[in-house]
Amino acid sequence: MHAAYEKILGGRSGLTGLLVLAALILLVFPLSLDIFRLNLVGKYLAYAFVAVGLVLCWGYGGILSLGQGVFFGLGGYCMAMFLKLEASDPISTKIQSTPGIPDFMDWNQITALPAMWQPFHSFSFTILAVLAVPTLLALIIGMAMFKRRVGDVYFSIVTQAIAAILSILIIGQQGLTGGVNGITDLKTLLGWDIRTDSAKLILYFVNAGLLFGCILIGRFILTSKLGRLLMAMRDKEERVRFSGYDVASFKVFVYCVAAMFSAIGGAMFTLQVGFMSPSFVGIVPSIEMVIFAAVGGRMSLLGAVYGTLLVNFGKSYFSETFPELWLFLMGGLFIAVVMVFPDGLAGVYQNQSKRFMAWRKRRKTSTLSPSSTTSATSAPVKTEKISNVLEQHVIDTSNLEASK
Amino acid sequence: MVSLSEFGAIFAMQGFNGLSVFCVLLLMALGLAIIFGQMGVINMAHGEFLTIGAYMTYLLSKLTTEYAPSLQPFYFFAAVILSFLVAYGIGYLTEMLLISRLYKRPLDTLLATWGLSLAMQQTFRSIFGAKEVSATLPDWLLGSFKPTENIDIPINGVFMMTLTVLLTGTIFLLLFRSRWGLQVRATMQNRVMSGAVGINTSKVDRATFALGCGVAGVAGAAFTTIGSTGPTSGSLYIVDTFLVVVFGGAQSLIGTIASAFSIAQTQSTAEFFLTGSMAKVLTLSAVIIILMLRPQGLFSVRVRK
Repeated sequence: MHAAYEKILGGRSGLTGLLVLAALILLVFPLSLDIFRLNLVGKYLAYAFVAVGLVLCWGYGGILSLGQGVFFGLGGYCMAMFLKLEASDPISTKIQSTPGIPDFMDWNQITALPAMWQPFHSFSFTILAVLAVPTLLALIIGMAMFKRRVGDVYFSIVTQAIAAILSILIIGQQGLTGGVNGITDLKTLLGWDIRTDSAKLILYFVNAGLLFGCILIGRFILTSKLGRLLMAMRDKEERVRFSGYDVASFKVFVYCVAAMFSAIGGAMFTLQVGFMSPSFVGIVPSIEMVIFAAVGGRMSLLGAVYGTLLVNFGKSYFSETFPELWLFLMGGLFIAVVMVFPDGLAGVYQNQSKRFMAWRKRRKTSTLSPSSTTSATSAPVKTEKISNVLEQHVIDTSNLEASK
Repeated sequence: MVSLSEFGAIFAMQGFNGLSVFCVLLLMALGLAIIFGQMGVINMAHGEFLTIGAYMTYLLSKLTTEYAPSLQPFYFFAAVILSFLVAYGIGYLTEMLLISRLYKRPLDTLLATWGLSLAMQQTFRSIFGAKEVSATLPDWLLGSFKPTENIDIPINGVFMMTLTVLLTGTIFLLLFRSRWGLQVRATMQNRVMSGAVGINTSKVDRATFALGCGVAGVAGAAFTTIGSTGPTSGSLYIVDTFLVVVFGGAQSLIGTIASAFSIAQTQSTAEFFLTGSMAKVLTLSAVIIILMLRPQGLFSVRVRK
C-alpha cells in the first residue's frame, strides 16, 4: 500500500498536485462553465493525452516525435468509423443510391462498404483497434528506427514525414476516409445520443477519468526502474548501452506508450467533438501538440495538462479577438519556451516554490535561534563546502522531482 | 511511325517535367544542405527564407513596372541579388539572436525555428496580405521552345535549370574549393581543433547559416517564375526539403543532388500513372523505407567523432 502511494501517487507533494488538478478538472470547471465551454475544455483535455505521452517519450526518453498527430488521428478515425457506421443505417440513409453506407462513400460512387470498414461494425473490435492500430504502427516505426540507431534529429524528421504522408493519404482517399472534410455527422454510440448536453457532461467525466488513468500509468512508469533508465538514456545513451541494457527496446516501449495515450485522446476527441478530420493529423497539429507539453514543462506529467489547457485557452481567446496576433504569440511562445523557460510552467513553479520554502526556512531559523549564525562563521570553509554539496544535491534531484 | 514519335515526345516531356521537379527540390535543398547538412542545425523556418526571396522579387517587379518600365526586362537579375542579400541579412540576425544560443540543443532549435516560421508567416500576411501574389515576368521568360511539333519546353523551366546549375556550381566552389569553405568544413568536423588553429568558429557559423538562408532566398526568387507566392508557400516544401537532405546523406553535396534527382524522377514518373497525392505518398514512403534500411543516407562522409 505504502509502495503504491509513493510510486503511483508520488508521495505527498505528488498527491497534492494530483488533487489540485483533479479539483480543477472535476469540480471547478463543471461547476463554473456552461456545457458548451465545458465541452471545449473536454476537447482540450483530449489533447492533453498527447501531451502526457510526449512528456514520457520526449521529456524523459529524449525522443522528440513530431508525428503524434498520426496516433491521435488514427485513434480518432477508428472511433469515428464505428460511429459513422452506426449513424448511416439503411433507414436514415435511404435517399442515397446505396443505402446503408456512409454518405461520403455514396458521393464518391462507392456501392459497397469497403473491406477495411467491415470490422468496425463491432464496438469491441473498435475499442481494440483504437488501442492496437496506433500502437502497432508505433511499434513498427520504433523497431525500424531505434534498432538501427537512427539519431534523434533524424527520427523527428522521419516522424514528421510520416505525419505528412498520413494526412495526404487521408485527403487523397476521399471515398475511404471522407477526404478533407473528414468523418462528420456522428450521432450515437451504441444507441446513446452523444450530441445531447447530458451525454457531453458524461463524456467529459469519462475523458477526465481516462486522463488521470494515463497520468497515473505514466507516473508508475517514470518512478519505476524503467523511468530511471529512460532518463539515463536521454542523457548518456552510450553509457547505458555499454552497461548492458537494450536501449532500443526501452525507446520502442515508451514510444508505443505515448502512441497509445495519444490514440485514447483521439478517440475521446471524436466522441466529444462529433467528427474527425485530417486537420488533426498533419504536421502543424503534431508540432502544436509538442508545444503543449513544452509550455507545461516537458518533465512534468501534470504540467503537460496545464500547458495544454493554457495554450488552447490562449488560442481560442486570441484567435477570436485578435486573429492576427495569435500566430505571433504562438511563435513567440515556441521561442520563449526554448530560450527562457526550458522546463515550462512546471519549472517556473518549482523554482518559485523552492525559493518560497527557502525563504520560509530562513525566517524560521532566524526567529528561532539568532545565535546559530555566529557558530557558523567560526568555520566558514566547512559550511561553504556543505552548502556546495547541498546545492549539487538539489540540482541532481531536480529531474526526479519533476516526475511528481 | 507517328505513334513512335508521339511516344518519344511524351517521354521527353515527362523527362523534362522530372527535371523541373528536380530543380525545384534541389534549389530548396541547397540552402538546407549547408545549414542542416554541414552545420547540423534544423532550421524549420527555411521555407520562410524561400518566401522572403519570392516576395522580394514580387516587390521589385511591382516597383519596376510602376517607376521604371524600361528596366522591366532586366529586373529579374537585380531581384535575385536583392533576394539573396535580404535573406542573408535576416539569416545573419537569426543566427546571432536565436541559433547561436542553441547549438548544444538540436531538438530545441527545431522548436524555436518553428516558432520563428510561424511569426514570419504572420509577418508576410500582415505586409503582403493573405492572397497569393505573382511577379510580372519579363517577356523573354514567357513562351516556349518547340524543337519538334510535339515537344513543348517552357522557357521559364529552362531558365530555372540554368539558375540551378549556376547556384549549385557556386556553392560547390565556395564550400570545396575556397579557403572559406575549408574553414567551414573544418569547423563542422572539429570545432575545438578549428578554434585552436585560429579559425573564428562563431563567425564561420554565422556566415554559413546566413549563406544557407541567402541561397534559400535565391531559390525563392527562382520560384516566382513558375508559381505564385503566398505567406505559407515556403512551409509547404519544408518536409520534402528535409527529406532530400537526409536521404542524400547529410554533409554530402553530391548526395543532395543525387537524392533530389531520384526523388524528383520517382515522383514525376509516379504522377504519370497515379494521382498526384498518391504519387507523393508513394515517393515519401519509399524514401522513409530506404532511410530505415540505410539511416546514413545515400552518400555518407566518414568522419571520426
